[in-house]
Amino acid sequence: MKLFSTSSRGGRIGSIAAIATVVALAATGCAATNGGDSGDGGGDSAGTIAFLPKQLNNPYTDVVLGGGEEGAAAIGYDSEVLGPLEASASAQIPFIEQATQQGTKVIVIAANDPDAVGPALQTAREAGAKIVAFDSDTNPDYRDIFISQVVAKDVALIQLEIISEQIGGSGEIAILSATATATNQNEWIKFMEEELESNPDYADIKLVAKVYGDDDADKSFQETQGLLSSYPDLAGIISPTTVGIAAAAKYLSTSDYKGKVALTGLGLPNEMREFVKDGTVQEFALWDPAQLGYVAAFAGKALVDGTITGAEGDTFDAGDMGEITVGANGVAIVGPPTRFNADNIDEYDF
Amino acid sequence: MSTVTHAPAVPRSNALKRFFTAREIPVAGALIALILVTYIINPRFLSPQSTKDLMLNATIMVILAVAQALVIITRNVDLSVGAILGLVAFGTGTVFDMFPTIPLVLVFVIGMIFGGLLGSINGMLVTSAKVPALVITLGTLYIFRGVLSSWAGSKQFFSGDNPKAFGNLSVDTLIGIPIITIIAVVITVAVAMFMSSVRSGRDLYAIGSEPDAARLFGIPVGGRVLSAFIACGALTGLAGVLYASRYNSVGALTGSGIELDVVAAVVVGGVAIFGGSGTVAGAAIGAVLLSTITGALTATRVDKFWQQAIVGVLILAAIIIDRVVSLRRARKLRVNEAKDV
Repeated sequence: MKLFSTSSRGGRIGSIAAIATVVALAATGCAATNGGDSGDGGGDSAGTIAFLPKQLNNPYTDVVLGGGEEGAAAIGYDSEVLGPLEASASAQIPFIEQATQQGTKVIVIAANDPDAVGPALQTAREAGAKIVAFDSDTNPDYRDIFISQVVAKDVALIQLEIISEQIGGSGEIAILSATATATNQNEWIKFMEEELESNPDYADIKLVAKVYGDDDADKSFQETQGLLSSYPDLAGIISPTTVGIAAAAKYLSTSDYKGKVALTGLGLPNEMREFVKDGTVQEFALWDPAQLGYVAAFAGKALVDGTITGAEGDTFDAGDMGEITVGANGVAIVGPPTRFNADNIDEYDF
Repeated sequence: MSTVTHAPAVPRSNALKRFFTAREIPVAGALIALILVTYIINPRFLSPQSTKDLMLNATIMVILAVAQALVIITRNVDLSVGAILGLVAFGTGTVFDMFPTIPLVLVFVIGMIFGGLLGSINGMLVTSAKVPALVITLGTLYIFRGVLSSWAGSKQFFSGDNPKAFGNLSVDTLIGIPIITIIAVVITVAVAMFMSSVRSGRDLYAIGSEPDAARLFGIPVGGRVLSAFIACGALTGLAGVLYASRYNSVGALTGSGIELDVVAAVVVGGVAIFGGSGTVAGAAIGAVLLSTITGALTATRVDKFWQQAIVGVLILAAIIIDRVVSLRRARKLRVNEAKDV
């Protein structure tokens, strides 16, 4: 109220707003020119690859992006990381628009929502950008190729295998996932459900609940507590997300359930080391995230060069990772998942 | 608007009446009802482990709500607490990284001083700029979060990096009650006593009721408001240290969004959002109620959407109760004055 009560203050605010607008315009103008330069010049750089992770400042994302930057450097591209601080469906859209305006040649994106980013990606493609989805797919209509860490089914199955080993092949299990709309987690969960139904080895394992911790430490913590207090006979938890498994492990390690309820899923070795060593978690799985970014950069180059179009059967060179073949629906697979346990966890640092 | 209620020596019947008309009572009643209903649906809700979890979950929120209530009572608000908590939590991880053998007490002292400093920035801006605290602290919320983002980047400190004794603080119990919960209760009682019986505590109510009148009356409004922000920052800093002890990792996003939960807890606990009335005990009960709702709904497997909707309904209920109570009280005051003539 007081803020706008006097005309002089109102005027001052107006002028501040005006200055801010000018600065913003200048900044975007500069950025656009820069993008144009690198696109036209083509002297020392072949162009720019924009990486749009689900969110910034996420340790997993950081490893992926590290690999991406390495890959971009190897093929002579500049790399740029754009992204929101929070993993929400619409937060990525302004960054896609920014990349488009800068004339970025390749946009590498891990979608928070397969459809929300669609229209913005469509505009980017019309402006000439190639779209590489990685980590979490967009709707296939909106991208040229999807770089998948591993075969989704393998990821799902390895987690089931581990939990089955730990609970002795029978008992109640629950899943602690990320957001209810996360593309990759939902796909793995679907495979797990199908496998539980069809595979006679898992006939005695019953999936009693699926809960969502929204990749938030606090929420994942409370969802774990809720699972344990509402299912007294729970034998194991699968958490196919790095935030979820770490929060669940921290909770288990400080509760009466430590050692009684098995926990596995997808985790980062650095984050899980403590819990593997204190016996809360016996074994979990993941791929090497750096390879994902690395291959995505090479796929982007192949698309720009016209070597591939993302059609089934296309092959492209992925540097140290060798030759990679595009499968059905424009999905290219990087490698098999790795199991981490007390014996090998110290060999990994990410 | 809202009246300051002193607690002079009143006859017993009045004391009883005051007890039942106090704003904390409906909140405490709702809390008890919630626990009973959940217990009937799922008896494991009150198992020893689960009870301990409920107390631990509420602890950090209680400290934050008490801190926030101090500021809200002066007709201000501190929206930057989420970022302050994040900065202090990450700072705690950094301190342990640099000095692994540092005494734990010193870590708490550093955390509270750090939080107090951040709070004093808010306090000085609010008292000198004469711009509503809502705007100032919204600004510092983004500034503090931005500083944390550039400081932390994607670096995280995991509970494994901290000394074992530090992590154990949020697990160890004394006669079944977690130690950090006892700390929170002691803080609530101490601040409640300060607010109800110390002169400068009463001043905060006067400032919140009518800042101009308080100034005319000779209360150093600027100094008191500044102190409230510093105290809020210091207590939030304490919560930040406890956060680092309780959760598995602290990083750039630690505590984001928590400020609105805190304000919700304070309002649900019967503290008027425009200041001048309510108690820190009420705010603490509000915090326990909100965190217990989350626990109860997850224990009874109710959809999470309802969780947020219920919090919303509680906030509206608290505001309506506040309005009805203050209207009734104003009418009663008028009637009494008329009788005296």
